[in-house]
Amino acid sequence: MLKFRVIPCLDVKDGRVVKGVNFVDLRDAGDPVECALAYDAAGADELCFLDITASHEDRGILLDVVRRTAARCFMPLTVGGGVRSVADIRQLLLAGADKVSIMSAAVTNRDFVREASEKFGSQCIVVAIDAKRVSTDDEAPRWEIFTHGGRRPTGLDALAYARDVVDRGAGELLLTSMDRDGTKAGFDLALTRAVADSVPVPVIASGGVGTLDHLVAGIREGHATAVLAASIFHFGEFTIREAKAHMAHAGLPMRLDP
Amino acid sequence: MTVAIIDYGSGNLNSALKAFERAAQELDSAPQIEVTADPDRVRAAERIVLPGVGAFADCMAGLRAVPGLLPALTEAVQDGGKPFLGICVGMQLLATRGLEYRETTGLGWVPGQVAALEPADPHLKIPHMGWNTIDQARPHPLLDGIPTGAKGLHAYFVHSFQLYATDNADVVATADYGGPLTAFVARGNVAGTQFHPEKSQTLGLALIANFLRWAP
Repeated sequence: MLKFRVIPCLDVKDGRVVKGVNFVDLRDAGDPVECALAYDAAGADELCFLDITASHEDRGILLDVVRRTAARCFMPLTVGGGVRSVADIRQLLLAGADKVSIMSAAVTNRDFVREASEKFGSQCIVVAIDAKRVSTDDEAPRWEIFTHGGRRPTGLDALAYARDVVDRGAGELLLTSMDRDGTKAGFDLALTRAVADSVPVPVIASGGVGTLDHLVAGIREGHATAVLAASIFHFGEFTIREAKAHMAHAGLPMRLDP
Repeated sequence: MTVAIIDYGSGNLNSALKAFERAAQELDSAPQIEVTADPDRVRAAERIVLPGVGAFADCMAGLRAVPGLLPALTEAVQDGGKPFLGICVGMQLLATRGLEYRETTGLGWVPGQVAALEPADPHLKIPHMGWNTIDQARPHPLLDGIPTGAKGLHAYFVHSFQLYATDNADVVATADYGGPLTAFVARGNVAGTQFHPEKSQTLGLALIANFLRWAP
């Protein structure tokens, strides 16, 4: 039986993990490779690197991080942040990424998704969607796509956009609620469910995890097939193993390999 | 011993190379593992690995695009009987034909065709992506010592198409996703996994080590 996935996400800037990872004694808590290995050992189902380096010229540093991670970490790795061209994707895949996540470039040029999936296969093209609720409380819920860390509205309806990028070949969606991101109030379950129910591909829920029950809700109520979190794992509030054991206890099929 | 991982422009060979290097450390005599598209190196290798990501037609075209590669592969594997492992689309290419985007002739080493996954439950997501257990239909040296079945280790899958083998005896293991899907095929010296051993941690490294010891 296919299991639900728990995915820790590391923000990487100039080759270093932003804020570090503090859940185990690492020689260097800011080294993405060490953090990746620790999550690998802890039973993470996949890893996600989000590159937030401002300058595209420093791409070599990220590629080196990906290369060193892939050499020691035998589990699926998704890399995103600043992916703008087929050449960017090719470099990341050759360095050892298994999936590449595209965000802004998909918003500005929807055909980029098609081009990328035809070139490399849908299975490695993840489209990252940052959505914010734009309807008022007494209206039917409506969400819009935002870029630039939630600062820039695009006017695009999140559900229509999600369907469209999947039609163009996205193999998976990484859906982040910008209303919930960083709040620890739980996923936006209405958003997650609305998107997951309207596309045939897997949806990763992201943004807002504060408790382990939030992870269960993302899958059970949000209909996501994977849950992504950062801070609850990085700061040692919960281990990946605790998260997966909690989800299994709640009745969700999880991978609990030794 | 040399192991050739075939490079025909199909994606990420770095992680396959590293996983084989890691698994090789478990062996008494460490094999030399190389990534190559050179037909002579393929002929000279003692074991051959064919990875693959993307679409069936693209991958087959990529194989054909390297002059002399397909004849060298056929010579080594079909005539020479060298142990062969196909991974993901590299496994699917073993079929007689693929139906992804357009009908494409495959290697034909494991009779069958590659067509879209059709899980009985229409709510199941496609691609079949993530960790699944595998159920063994029959024993195979590549699965020696690996716990399989519902309580066994997990393998990492990511695919929307699967190999439907003509002869059930070629299917060594299946995975359950709204019904059984082909996870592992083998016929003589030829084996192929739909999942990615290079991404499947314990199960994957054990399977690769078994492949490096395999004497079909």
